[in-house]
Amino acid sequence: MRDLLRANQRETIAFSVLVALLVSYLATHPAGPTTYVMTIWANQCLILALAAIAQFFAVIVRGIDLSVGAIMALTNCIASYLVIGTGAEMTFGIIIVLAAGVGCGVLNGLLVVYGRIQPIVVTLATASVFVGLALLLRPTPGGQIDYDLADALTLDVLGVPTALIVTVAVIGLIWVPLRRTGLGLGLYAVGSSEQAAFQSGMPIARIRLASFALGGLFAGLAGLYFSLVTTTGDAGIGPNFTLNSIAAVVLGGVALRGGVGTLTGAIAGAFILKTIGALMFFSGLPPLAQPFVEGLILAAAIAIGGADVLRVKNKLEVFGR
Amino acid sequence: MPRSETAIVHLSGVSKIYGATRALSDVDFACFAGEIHAILGENGAGKSTLMKLVSGVIRPTSGHIDVDGARTDLSSPADAMARGLICMFQELSLVPDLTVRENLMLGAPGRGLGRLDTAVVERAKSILSQIDGEAIRMKARVADLTLAERQQVEIAKALSRNPRLLILDEATSALNASVVEKVFRLIRARRDAGVGVLFISHRFHEIEALADRISIFRNGSHVETFDNGAYDYGAIISKMVGQRIDDLFPAKPDPVADAEEVISLNGFGWGDTLDDVSIVLRKGCITGLGGLDGQGQGAVLQGLFGLLKGTRGDCVMDGRKITVNHPKTAKSPKLGIALVPEDRKTEGLVLQQSIAHNMELAALGVEGIDAGDPAIYQPFLDALELKCDSLDQTVSELSGGNQQKVALTKWLSLGPRCMLLADPTRGIDVKTKTQIYALLRRLADSGVAILLLSTDYEELIHLCDDAHIFYNGRVVRRLSGADITAENIIAASLNMHETPAAAEGTAHA
Repeated sequence: MRDLLRANQRETIAFSVLVALLVSYLATHPAGPTTYVMTIWANQCLILALAAIAQFFAVIVRGIDLSVGAIMALTNCIASYLVIGTGAEMTFGIIIVLAAGVGCGVLNGLLVVYGRIQPIVVTLATASVFVGLALLLRPTPGGQIDYDLADALTLDVLGVPTALIVTVAVIGLIWVPLRRTGLGLGLYAVGSSEQAAFQSGMPIARIRLASFALGGLFAGLAGLYFSLVTTTGDAGIGPNFTLNSIAAVVLGGVALRGGVGTLTGAIAGAFILKTIGALMFFSGLPPLAQPFVEGLILAAAIAIGGADVLRVKNKLEVFGR
Repeated sequence: MPRSETAIVHLSGVSKIYGATRALSDVDFACFAGEIHAILGENGAGKSTLMKLVSGVIRPTSGHIDVDGARTDLSSPADAMARGLICMFQELSLVPDLTVRENLMLGAPGRGLGRLDTAVVERAKSILSQIDGEAIRMKARVADLTLAERQQVEIAKALSRNPRLLILDEATSALNASVVEKVFRLIRARRDAGVGVLFISHRFHEIEALADRISIFRNGSHVETFDNGAYDYGAIISKMVGQRIDDLFPAKPDPVADAEEVISLNGFGWGDTLDDVSIVLRKGCITGLGGLDGQGQGAVLQGLFGLLKGTRGDCVMDGRKITVNHPKTAKSPKLGIALVPEDRKTEGLVLQQSIAHNMELAALGVEGIDAGDPAIYQPFLDALELKCDSLDQTVSELSGGNQQKVALTKWLSLGPRCMLLADPTRGIDVKTKTQIYALLRRLADSGVAILLLSTDYEELIHLCDDAHIFYNGRVVRRLSGADITAENIIAASLNMHETPAAAEGTAHA
């Protein structure tokens, strides 16, 4: 138990913060803890959580992805054309949307791995390309998503918000099995010590590529879910989600230096960030003061995670962090 | 099982060149199944390069490698592992942020990126229990283990992979004698089952106790291979020492009896890297710190310069206890301590900036010195004959030797009372070396106290008035005057004992 808590120290902090925030949100919300309130909250959280998962796959291998929001915008615009019509048409549309996400991720990965360019530069460039494509598809917001499908995935099942069920499914069906494979382990190994991973015989290039592909897939899923919630296509949604996805992974205890953190942590971070925003809305704080308070909470949460720098004994090692 | 006829690994005419340095030149070397083959050599003799070649981490510049009699191209560690060549690296191959269990499974053969193999963990656990490692918790993060525990995990990881050739590079350096003996028992059992073992160790008595055959390397060349016991201790040392070069160094003056003390360290220690080190730096004397890489010498310099937190012991200057907790304190005119760090490219210089800007960095903020005045640097630049187009040239364009001249000048301009140097001539051409040696001697003559960390024993012999040899975080031997000989330094660095008989005693202690 001690090891488990110690190994997941940052996640433990993140989850406690989340629970505290959620309780105060539900307590201050004028309508109280109804299914409707929970559903709206969970939908907003899940969109950012999927974006944060995309960011997680980049950060865990010591990278960063500035194209998360751009991939969301592109897939959102594609979805606004294709996710409508008969069941077969919609299935086809969803496959294309997700394939586009994976394609964007693989492109990023190829440029990073074989082009030997830093992820931050690659994704800065590709982000513009992806948004450019999205604008070609949808110069102004518009299009439509099948309402029945949207309702099925954004409302609730027996009072439980569908978004929460999806969240649990992602953890249970993707993350837990992935953690038991060489790839799951390899992601951490590459991020923590690329040299040790290499000397242990891990295929570094393939792992990096796979992590960017997974990142693209989740950015595509985020774009798709955003489409279901808004039932429209908008090429301008990117920048906000990119920055918030980075904030979310940091809040969730994922180290920007790579190799530390979990996907569940990234999800928790996204939920925290959205909950703070929602809490501000009903807090009675003047709207102009809200970004200030939100920033303070963010900074405090991140400072807790970085406190171990104080324990470093050799001052030169601080610079390597 | 007796030694087999075909070598598991055979290197023919292998060279490895990094830029201007030949790490290995034209090496022929073979290791057979069923033998424990030890590699002996000084720092930079090419031992680790050899191991990296065999384990697929690097590839030869020329020459070729045969595995089981067939020409192969060991393209990656994964490739080497698939052929049963398993290496336990000196630079630990464990991932710090993963748990012990995860590290044991990482890269387990035959699994690739698919489902993890838990059988390997069971095998590793049973190996750990045979080498006093049963207390290591599988769920502990590797970063939280002690160095010794990490080495035990490394050993278990390597052995659990069922190697045909096991490569051990300083595999037991942090383990105590009784654990080492248990590890040896396991290695001997593997040898008897037909596994080949390549073994590098700092500890000569370990090699004596374990090896079937010994190969000696010197300056990147394979000197000789012989059966353990064929030569005595003295003969082995002289094979490692090789030729001497004398005219590189300035004449060494007679030691001044009872020169004035500048700094004295008493019982200095830091974490588990360094313990109970006492050193006196005297005016006009060059004091040497020797020993193999990473035995704690570096921490003495860093500690004196205020880079370490939580040091133990006293530091006395001019009869008063001083506390140095920041480089800014160290370089203040009152203390006048300067450090030329080990890695000039990352710690000594800002490579992207000009020579002039680099030189100003140390003098900036020091009272009474005008950092912008080029005149304070010129005498040293002249003495060292810095070759550059102008002082506005970027430092990264200079050769290694000229870079080191800039790094030295930067600190000399402060007129330090005490100069700490970490291996200032590593990777530098011979001509620059002689210039640096001459300058150090002149500085000493002008009354500066010099502390010189060196991994080149020639420097300790020809420059230093006395030398402290480190082993495992402690000074194991103090040498002065005529006692500073290659034989004494190497023997102390390897923690060899005066006589083979004494070595036997420790091996079985």
